[in-house]
Formats: sequence, C-alpha cells, structure tokens
Amino acid sequence: MEIGPIWRAMLRNKAGFVLIALQIAVTLTIMVNAFGIMQERAARIARDSGMDQENTFAIVSVLYKDYELEDRRALIRDDLELIRNVPGVFAVTPTNSYPLRQGGWSMGLQLEPGMATTDSVGSAIYFGDTSGVDAFGVELIDGKNFSEEQIIWRDPDNNTWPAQALITEALGKEMWPDETGSYVGKTMYINDNDPIQVIGVMDTLQAPWPGWNGVERSMLVPWIFGNDFSRYVIRTEPGMRDQLMPEIEAMLAASNRDRIIRDIATMEETHRLAYTDNAALIKILGFTVTLLTIITALGIVGLASFNVSRRTRQIGIRRALGATKPAIVRYFMIENGIVSTIGLVIGAAMAIGLNMLMVEAFALEPLDWYLIPAGMIALWLVGQAAVAGPARRASSISPAIATRSG
Amino acid sequence: MLRYYLKLGFLSIRANPALSGLMIAAIAIGIGACMSIVTVRHVMADNPIEHKNDVLFHVQLDNWNPNDPYEEPNEPPEQVTYLDSTALLAAGRAHRQVVSFKSDRVVQPDGDDVLPFQQEVRATSADFFAMFDVPFKFGSGWDSSADRGEERVAVLSSTMNEQLFGGVDSTGETLMMNDEPFRIVGVLDEWHPVPTFYDLNNNPFVGPEEIYAPFSTAVSGQWGSSGNNSCWKSPDEDGYEGYLASECIWIQMWVELRNASEKEAYAQFLDDYVMEQKELGRFPRELNNRLSTPEEWMVNREVVVEMVGVLLALSILFLIVCLLNTIGLLLAKVMRRTNDISLRRALGASKSALFKQYIVEAGLIGVAGGIAGIGMTWLGLRGIENVFVDYEFIQHLVRMDWSMIGLAVALAIVSALAAALYPTWRACSVSPATTLRIQ
Repeated sequence: MEIGPIWRAMLRNKAGFVLIALQIAVTLTIMVNAFGIMQERAARIARDSGMDQENTFAIVSVLYKDYELEDRRALIRDDLELIRNVPGVFAVTPTNSYPLRQGGWSMGLQLEPGMATTDSVGSAIYFGDTSGVDAFGVELIDGKNFSEEQIIWRDPDNNTWPAQALITEALGKEMWPDETGSYVGKTMYINDNDPIQVIGVMDTLQAPWPGWNGVERSMLVPWIFGNDFSRYVIRTEPGMRDQLMPEIEAMLAASNRDRIIRDIATMEETHRLAYTDNAALIKILGFTVTLLTIITALGIVGLASFNVSRRTRQIGIRRALGATKPAIVRYFMIENGIVSTIGLVIGAAMAIGLNMLMVEAFALEPLDWYLIPAGMIALWLVGQAAVAGPARRASSISPAIATRSG
Repeated sequence: MLRYYLKLGFLSIRANPALSGLMIAAIAIGIGACMSIVTVRHVMADNPIEHKNDVLFHVQLDNWNPNDPYEEPNEPPEQVTYLDSTALLAAGRAHRQVVSFKSDRVVQPDGDDVLPFQQEVRATSADFFAMFDVPFKFGSGWDSSADRGEERVAVLSSTMNEQLFGGVDSTGETLMMNDEPFRIVGVLDEWHPVPTFYDLNNNPFVGPEEIYAPFSTAVSGQWGSSGNNSCWKSPDEDGYEGYLASECIWIQMWVELRNASEKEAYAQFLDDYVMEQKELGRFPRELNNRLSTPEEWMVNREVVVEMVGVLLALSILFLIVCLLNTIGLLLAKVMRRTNDISLRRALGASKSALFKQYIVEAGLIGVAGGIAGIGMTWLGLRGIENVFVDYEFIQHLVRMDWSMIGLAVALAIVSALAAALYPTWRACSVSPATTLRIQ
C-alpha cells in the first residue's frame, strides 16, 4: 500500500528521522535494562525472611557494670522470665542476631573434620533456646526441636560448639546436594573439628545479610551467651506488637539500672532498612524511565509538528486532489511506525549488548528475554500516541491552501 | 558582532518558546540526571587525605590459611593480628605508625537525668592525630608513652564535647566509660573525613568516631572490636588473652613513610619480619605483604558501590537521548528557517558568519540548559536523599561543591554545542539560490 512512497519520501530527508530512530533505540536500551534491574530487585525484596514479620521485634540489653558470670546469666534468665510472663507474648528467645539485621555471625561447615578449605559451606549462625523455633516463627518440616537438656550456656573458657543444630532446607541442599531422603541425623563439622548433628530441618530462615548469595543458608544452635550483651527476639500474639514493644522496653529498663536497653526494632522496619537501597534503586530507575519516555515522546511530537508545518502546502494539495482526512493521519502514523520499527530493532540489539556488558562488568543477572518485545511494543505505542496529535492537526489542513501560492 | 548574534539568538529563542523550552528542558534534565549520579560518585570516591596520599600506607601481611587465600585470587587479609600490629608498632621502623580498632563502649554522663548511652570509640596509638592531620580545638592527643602504659586518657570530637560539656574546654575533666574514669586530654576541631579512609570496613560513610582512647589501654581493659573480626583457625587458647595470641585479624594498621627510600626500607623490614615469623611456624603462605596508599586502598575495598557504576552508565545514555532530542529539534528549527538563510546567503552572508550566528544561538540554549540543569541536579540529589531517607550517611553524600557546579555548566555547554554542530552545518550548506527560486 502506501509504505513504498512514504519510505522513499523519508529517504529524501533522512536526518530528522535518523535522529528520532536513534533516540528511540537508546530509550529502549535504557528502558529494558532498567526494567531488568528493577524486576530483579523487586524479586529480592519479596523473598520470605522466614519470620512472622508483622508480630516480631527484637531488643538488646547491654550491661556496663562489671558482673560476675553467674550474675550475668541470672540477669538473662530473669529477663526471659519477665518477658515470657507479659500477657500477649507468644515466644521469646535469647539470640545473637536475626534475619536481615545486616550484622551477625557466619561459619564454614564441612563434611569432614580438619582445617577449613575452599569446599566448606558458609552458613549464618543463630543462637536460641527451646523457644527459638517459635520466636523466629520457622516451621520444622523434618525432625524435632531442641529439648530442654540440649540448651547450654556458652562457657567463656571453652569454645566447643553444641552437638545439635536445626538447619534450613537450603543449607541441607548445599551440604548434601545428592541426598534425596532426610538430612536429620547427618553430621557436619564446624570450627574445624567440632561435630554437629542435624536434628531438625526448618523451611526458611534467612541470613542477616540480604545481599549475600547464601542468604537462605542458616542454622539455629542451642547456645546462650552469658555476655554483657544480650539480644532477645520476641514474637507477640497477632496485633499485639506495637502495644507490647514500649511496655517491654520500659519493663527491662526499670528491672536493672546497670544496663542500657537499645536497638529495639520491629522485623518490618528491619526488612525495610535491609532493602532501602534496592527500593531506592527501583524508584530511581522507574522515575528515570518515565522521564526518558516523556522526553522521547516530546521529541517525536516536535519532529512531527515540524514536518506537518513544513508540508502544509503538500498536504493541502493532497486534500484538494481527494485524499481523505484518515488518509492524511495514516500517512503520519505509518511514517512514525517505520521510524519506530527501525529504532526499536536497533535498540533491541543495543539493549542486549549493554546487558551483556553490564553482566560482565557489574555481575548483574542477564535479562529476561520477554522484556525486550514488551519494551518494543510499549515504545511503539508511545510513538503512535505521540504522533497522533500532530497527525490530526495535519488532517485538518484545509484543501483551500493548495490554491494559494506560497 | 557577538552582541548582535546574542541578540538574534535571544530573539530566535523567544520566537519559538515551545520548541526552545523543550530543548532547554531536555538538556537540563539530561544534565540533571547525569550530574546527580556523578556527584554521588564524586563524594563516595573522595579522598579526604589526598594531600598526604603519597606518604601514608596501609599495611597488609598474609598470615592466612595455607589452603585458602583470604580473598581470591590471592589477596592478603585486610586487617592484621594483634601479635603483628604490636610487634610492628614496637619496632617503630616507620616515621609514624598507627594501629587501631573500634569498640562499643557505654558512656555515663554526669548527673542522673542523662541516661548512659552506647558509643563507638576508636582505640588507637598516639600517632593517629599527627599522621592524619586531625585538628585540635583544645589540648592535644596523648603522647607515645601512653601507647606503652595503661593510661586512661581520651580525646573527644567537638560534637561529643558539645553534647557532654556544652562546648567548653573540657581538658582535664573526667569521662566515665563502662564504669572506668578517663581523663580528657584533647578536644578535636571540626573533622569529618568521608569516607573514613583509615577504616573502610563496615560503613565508611558514617564519619569518624566521637571518642578516641589509647590502644594499649583498650587492650588491657579487654575491649572487643565492634568492627570485622576474622579467623582462619580458632585461637589455641580461649578467652581474651587467647584471642590476642591468635591468628585472628581485627586491627587496621597504617604507616607514614616520607619518601621512596623510606618506603623501600620499610617494605624490606616487613619482608624480614615475616621471614622471621615463618621460622617460628607462622605465616604458612608465600610472602605477600602490601603497602597501599589511601587511594589504592579505597579502590581495593571498592568504596564506590557497584550500583553507582550501573546508574552512571544509564545516566550517560540518558544524557545522550536528551542530546539526540535536542539535535532533532534544532534541526527542525533550522530547516524551518531555510528561507531566511538562503536570503541572507544570497545577500552576501558568508558561511562562517552564519555558522557563528547559529553556534551562538545554540550556545545560549546550552547555557540556559546548564543553569536549569544545576537546578535539576539539586532536585535529583534531593530525590536521592528522599528515597534513601533511612540512610543517614546519604545525607553527607548529597552535597554539591563548586567543582560539580562548574562541571555541570561545562557539560551543558559542550553538550549543546555538540548537539548544535550538525544542524548548524546543515544551515550553512543551504544554497543561496534554491529557496529564492520558489519565492
């Protein structure tokens, strides 16, 4: 149909169209890569930490007066007792850290005793007592929880690790990739030579570091530290958190004045803080892509308007010779369609190229293939929408113009 | 003539407000996007101790696992052990030497109405202040004799002095930390190196510590490090003493070497030291000592976050789109004036006169875009601040200095001129006769 003549007309005045095509190409390149990054980050944020996110918070007590070991332990016991007896508290455990806190302890695990090598598997370590499973809100999918006798106080003069642990399924999979049955009963070695037996498997409990590639690997060990520093993870009955948080803080502060209470944080806040940079990146990129699309659309409008005003006489003549209004609109739409298609094909190649560069240079994930056709369709439609205004104006040029000499 | 061209350019911009506005906005937005990211990167990569970059060296020794390097491919550990740091400090072979770590302490202010609070304290040797050019408002640091004793002295930052003593000269006063009294010997003047080059672990953008105390006092008080602690094998003995005697790394070490020969001598000394330790059964890996300048060290620790690199790449592409946009619009504008141009050419205007006229007009648009671009950069930085509202350190990042403003304007003008070249060339090559014929 009309594509042939339109194409030949475009060739006579290439510069403007080449520029728009390039602009569309670069826009697609940025858009697709930005969407790829946004998508990957959004998926990271949406991961399950394993905890009862809405009803859990943590609090820290730091002793600053010199206490004997026995007195330090007694204080922790008293604290746990006090917290446990607050109506509305579902479970409390003393621990060292919790998922997404961005600080914690990790250790290398091996299948054989001996000095750590490159083969050892890194895992986050959480301490807890028998309430650990309930306080962290994990589900045991295999094996059983610690028994009361298995919980031990860490002896400051003896670093031997407890003999049992609960591990996440992801950790089990990494340690014994070929195992199809149960991980329960298996032994691994920590701290070179200390054996640990797996007594239960947890569904999900993320490590404290959201950016770590082993974030799904963690284990719970039945240890309590009797240090100056102790952290409690507290899970409340549904909806009670905001009421209990200040109550428990005040209660602990009042119960002993030789310590300070600090670092009180809900799991929701922890989650938000852990992913601030990801969330910010999504916003920045989203804003950038929007702005960019607007600029490109305005560029298309500008060029089309210019073409319309330049061709006023020519359009008038076509109208006088019998071209209908839709035919004039169609002319501009097809013209834009051709430019967009060329730009988008170049852009698709550039997008893939840039993605390959960025995968190389910044260790990003490769793009999902469907983002490219999706981006192409979206930008093609934006182009058509942008050109619609000037095209309509062109179609309303009066045929009488043809009769004027210009 | 320039004034006349400026006037013409101004008139031409005014004659087409929508088109000109779009061009200026496109340049401004492109510059804004680019410069926001460049500014963040500039501040993150800033070297606060640039003036001593060639005399300060971060010390690394490789005491790691014989089977497994600290970091691939063969990076020595980023910190040193207590054993090595104290041995090197005692040897005193560099012009100045600093060993340090940070530790959480509880500060107990006077009076019952102020609650005790936790504070990160830097435990360091006496040379810290002189070596890193730390300015004092009152008093001074401790002298190196305190590095060997257990003297309980402390230096406060001006902020901490403001908070605890209302900003008056507090030297001689007592600071209670964890129930132990420290005599204040000095108060710092404003000092906010970002990033904290001397310890890039954890978050180097929060700024320096507010309290400083002698390293040896801290160790005798059994302070633990609140920074990174890494061990490739567990200590042979338990407890704090066992930790001090272990292969665990937790101390940052810096030396000042005034010239190449001092540096060479010190590197030789380190090699000799490690060889000597090998005799004692330590340092199972090959000799792999390293002295890095602050700048090299910051590059090594990748202070500039990777994502900033991605954003920078995208923002440069963004600027390119904006420029393509401007080129297209300028071209449209020029082509619309073909009639004027051929008339002027026919009346005798030379190509170079036309070139000057249109380049001046494009330059005007560039300047306007640059000025608007500074505003856009400011908005962009506020935006970044806003989405990172939970990150206190970002507030330090987001600032513009004159060099950045200058760069923004220069980038805008260069961009606008680059964008103007092709349309201007097209304008100049309009032949005098063609359009006249139609008239």
